[in-house]
Amino acid sequence: MRELIIVGGGPAGMTAAVYAARKRIDTLLLSKDIGGQPNLTAGIENYMGYQYIEGFELMQKFEEQVRQFPLEQRIGQDVTALSRLDAGFEVRTDNGESYQAKAVIIATGKRPRPLNVPGEERLRGRGVTYCAICDGPLFAGEKVAVIGGGNSALEAADDMVKIAEHVYLVSLTPFTGDQILIDRAKDASNLTVFLEHEVVAIAGSSRVEGIAIRDLKSGEEKSLEVGGVFIEIGLIPNSELAKGLANLNRLGEIEVNCACESGVPGLFAAGDVTDVPEKQIVVAAGEGAKAALQAHKYLQRL
Amino acid sequence: MSAKEVKVYSTPECPWCRRVKKFLEDNAIAYQDFNVAEDSAAREEMISKSQQLAVPTIFIDDEIIVGFNEALLKEKLGL
Repeated sequence: MRELIIVGGGPAGMTAAVYAARKRIDTLLLSKDIGGQPNLTAGIENYMGYQYIEGFELMQKFEEQVRQFPLEQRIGQDVTALSRLDAGFEVRTDNGESYQAKAVIIATGKRPRPLNVPGEERLRGRGVTYCAICDGPLFAGEKVAVIGGGNSALEAADDMVKIAEHVYLVSLTPFTGDQILIDRAKDASNLTVFLEHEVVAIAGSSRVEGIAIRDLKSGEEKSLEVGGVFIEIGLIPNSELAKGLANLNRLGEIEVNCACESGVPGLFAAGDVTDVPEKQIVVAAGEGAKAALQAHKYLQRL
Repeated sequence: MSAKEVKVYSTPECPWCRRVKKFLEDNAIAYQDFNVAEDSAAREEMISKSQQLAVPTIFIDDEIIVGFNEALLKEKLGL
């Protein structure tokens, strides 16, 4: 049995890996991918040490730093289950492997929240996208809908008004994003805003052809003809592993104390998957460091 | 082992596209890169063959991979 398994290869998981390796803990880093959410961030101006760096580049630097240490990594394996053993934990991955360790750090971050409407899953990659920065240019000259009212949605709308013929911005609530982004959106001549409207369904056979929306106040339904739907309604924690073991808050985040302890001896969590306030790269990295040092103390006490 | 034909359909700002390209470069795999934001013929080819409107889309000979999936890339490239 290994000493420690770290699940997740974003800022929290990679920082935990470096700290664990420096303590010479026998560690396995398991992750579906390397880099996590910062890979989808364009420019970062608030990670100390860099006045400006792209998310992708910062994560490459993290990865290079992890590789400086003799640490076992299995990337491309999605951990699907976590269970308690008498003397530790067992994790299982989507390719049928299982690994055991005395302690586990969950640093699995968050993923885009789906709308959960008919048509969404079927048309994913066929006009439904969760990565405006990636897929936006594929919709040049088309009509598109951006769903959401926060900063990500406003930024996606701002990008798309330059590329698409027309952009519909549909939000369940009044805008919650920064005023500067709201003002910018209002200035665009090819943007129509539907506030307090919900998306009822996404239509199309082999590609997205339109969406149905409903006015929350009047109940009136409308169809909008669009070729693309950009879903930007926030994130949900990848906390399924901890379900039934640790406590989750109402947002589904793993509850931890200030020492990254979940309440289950030997089970730690760090970064955006936890209820620690402020989802920031610098915060996640710091939490990852704390979790590894606490895991070290835990292992020494065994 | 004969070299496989590798085509990457990407957009300039897409972080996952860059990861795919870096992965191929790190493994010394030659590939053709198509910027589907500008190259509409390549965009049409990508959509008609893959039935996908998402980047990165990678063709390895006749196999199609959508997104950056390191394990699948390794398997299909025989790495």
